[in-house]
Parts: sequence; structure tokens; C-alpha cells
Amino acid sequence: MTLRTRATMFAAAAALACGFGPAMADPAEAELVVNEDITITTKAPAAAHLEGHLDTVYSGWLFREAETRKMQMDDFDNPMFVYAERGQEAWDTVEGTEGKSCANCHGDIAEGMKGVRATMPKVNAAGNLWSMEDFINDCRTNRMGAEAWKWNSDNMKSMTTAVSLQSRGMPVAVAIDGPAAEFWERGKEMYYTRYGQLELSCASCHEQNYGNYIRADHLSQGQTNGFPLYRLKDAAAVSIHQRFVGCIRDTRAETFAAGSQEFRELELYVASRGLGLDIEGAGVRP
Amino acid sequence: MKSHVVLAALAATLAATSAFAEVAPTEVTFEEGAVAQSLTGTAGNAEEGSKIVANRALGNCVACHVISANSADFQGNIGPTLDGAADRWSEAQLRGIVVDAKHTFPDSVMPGMFKTGPYIRPGDAYTGKAAPADLPPILTAAQVEDVVAYLLTLKE
Repeated sequence: MTLRTRATMFAAAAALACGFGPAMADPAEAELVVNEDITITTKAPAAAHLEGHLDTVYSGWLFREAETRKMQMDDFDNPMFVYAERGQEAWDTVEGTEGKSCANCHGDIAEGMKGVRATMPKVNAAGNLWSMEDFINDCRTNRMGAEAWKWNSDNMKSMTTAVSLQSRGMPVAVAIDGPAAEFWERGKEMYYTRYGQLELSCASCHEQNYGNYIRADHLSQGQTNGFPLYRLKDAAAVSIHQRFVGCIRDTRAETFAAGSQEFRELELYVASRGLGLDIEGAGVRP
Repeated sequence: MKSHVVLAALAATLAATSAFAEVAPTEVTFEEGAVAQSLTGTAGNAEEGSKIVANRALGNCVACHVISANSADFQGNIGPTLDGAADRWSEAQLRGIVVDAKHTFPDSVMPGMFKTGPYIRPGDAYTGKAAPADLPPILTAAQVEDVVAYLLTLKE
């Protein structure tokens, strides 16, 4: 960057800070309306369990540049719809030894999967905490007689995208009490553990420093309500656990695996920090 | 081959006669967060320091701190600005903060630049894999001294 553009940027920042807008570091004052139709809550009072930690919760969408935010406001501009279409196709496709498709048991995805994403991750009938990926693979292997999909495969991301969109605009609704409580407690402990050679916890960046910059990265609260989402930097869809892997790796730590018990517990706790926000179905981030 | 042997012998002699052995990360002595003793016994090079603070693979101090005098782009604002750091802190205090800021600010999110643990799940740099048993500190003793020398030039 040349000195002149730097100077211009600083002048612009100063003008914003002093005159006619929020300081650059704050989340944007913007409303997320998709297709001029679906209003999505991106800012809400924090859940009671966050007392003393956060007053207000913000979707990561509010921390992004106007250009990126706009991509999520129209399904034609949102690259996640390539995945959604593939997922919808797979939903209706018979696969495996039992001769079934998802639709055979669950019907139309719009009805069968309505609200499902908002409750994930969730304790299953056997008492295990499962992410949406686990439920999908359980159906595939045990009901369809089909092969399990890899956690971060395009097939899996396409299906989780198609399913997530059926909760778009619905509030995050994870259960954290009852059988989920022990998993939630462990997830919380993980959130505040300072991992790796850089000794950073999730909270170091996403609770203590959201709104601030690490080099060019504008730190958000690390909310998961926008996942699965399109990451422009990767030019691909990214799952929640995939982002967890990246964050822990970036603390110079030995990371955990996508799909691990640890990440399911962390996923539950982080999802609960987003109580009050709406599921975005398929977000777009830089 | 022969010249290698000669060089090795020369290096060994120099090391043996050197008046000062480098301080190891585990041997650093803190006094109220400050580290009075140079880690190398040699004055740091401020010019090298100015590169280390901007280099993403080394100190990358500007990831979190503004240094107006430095040309590095995208300087972050997690920590306080380092402009005028030399007016506010002594050399020993600056060295202590660079080595491991938690001795000065117990709740700091700043990584210790010259320590080898104990860490929770230490990794091998940014690979996501487990660290080797002999995980080196983020900066060498000489690099810490270069950074301290550079910070001492930051006066207002």
C-alpha cells in the first residue's frame, strides 16, 4: 500500500469516527434482509448465561464490509446456493442398499427439516451430543445403507447447507440444560482455555477483543449462526468444525479433529452464545 | 572437508572463550515483570528489530500494536500503541514484556515471545500438528534483544 492510500484511509477513518458514523471498529449499523423478504436478527441482547461476559450479541455479518454483506442479501449473489442446489438434489436422490432417499422418510425438505438447524448440535436418543453431520451420516449408514460422508466433504456441506436454509430467519434454539448440560459445561471450559504457543482462548479474541483488528482481520464475536458459510478467502463453503480447526491451529496449537467430541461440545457452547440471533442459513464472509 | 573442521574448531574456541553464554528461556529471571539482564550480552540491532516486529513469521508485533514509525501495513489495535514506548518503560521492563508479558500484566492476551512452556496442546508452528519435544521459543534471544533495541527508539 502506498503512503498516499494509507493517508486517505486514515482520513476516511477519522471522518467516520468524528463525524457521521460509528467508529470503524464497531459492528455495522445495518439490517440483514434477504431477497427483500426475510428479515434476519443479527443483533440481540445476550442470553442470561452470558451475564458479565457480553451484553449484546452480534452476527459476524455485521463485522464485514458492505460489499461482503450485500452478497448475503440476495440468493443469486450468494455462492452458497451452488451448494444448496446440490444438497437439494441429493435430498431427492435414492442411494444405498435400502433404495431410499432422504425424501422417502422426511418428505419435502422445506417441511421435514424446518427448524432443525436451529437446534443443532443436540443430544440424541442414546444420550450422545451430535452435530447435524452426525445425524445425516446416521441416516445414510443405518437407514439408507449408503456410505458415510466425510465431515468436510462437498457432499456433506451441500446437505448441511440445504438443511440449514430451512431454518433461515428462525432463532437459535439449542438446548443447554438437562442431558445437554454436561456437554455445554465442557464446551464452556474449552472456550476459555488458552491453547497453543500463543496461549489464546476463543475468548481472548472473540469476547475480549471483538471489533478490534489483528492485522487486517476484523474480529467478530465468533458466532456460528451464519454457518455453514462461504469463505471468500477459501473460495469454498466452510463448516463450523473446519473453522474451529483453523482457529486453534492459528494459536500454534495441536488442533482437534473435525467431528471430535471436543468440537461438538465447543459447537454447543458457541451456539448458545448466539441465543437471540437468527440462523442465517448460508452466510458469506471474507 | 578440511576447511569445515577448521571452521568448527574455530567456532568451538570462540564459544569457549566468549564471556557470555546466551540465557535459555527457562533461565530468565523476572523482577516485577522486568528482565534486567540482556539475553545475549550484546546490544541488539534496532534496524533488525524494526523488521522483526513487522514480520508475520517472527514477532508480528504490529498484528496487535500500532507503531506509527513502522511502515508495516494493517497494524492492529488489540494492544496499546507502542508509540512512545521508550518514554513509558525502561529497557528491563520492555525486555520483560517481550519475553513474557504475563509477568507484567497477568491477564494479558499477549503471547510470550521467549518461552518454551508450559503450554496447553502446543503445536508445531501453524501446522495444527503436535509440537516437537524441543519446541523453540517464537523469537531467539538475539531477536528479542533486537526488538528491545528497536522499542527503545520509540520516543515521542
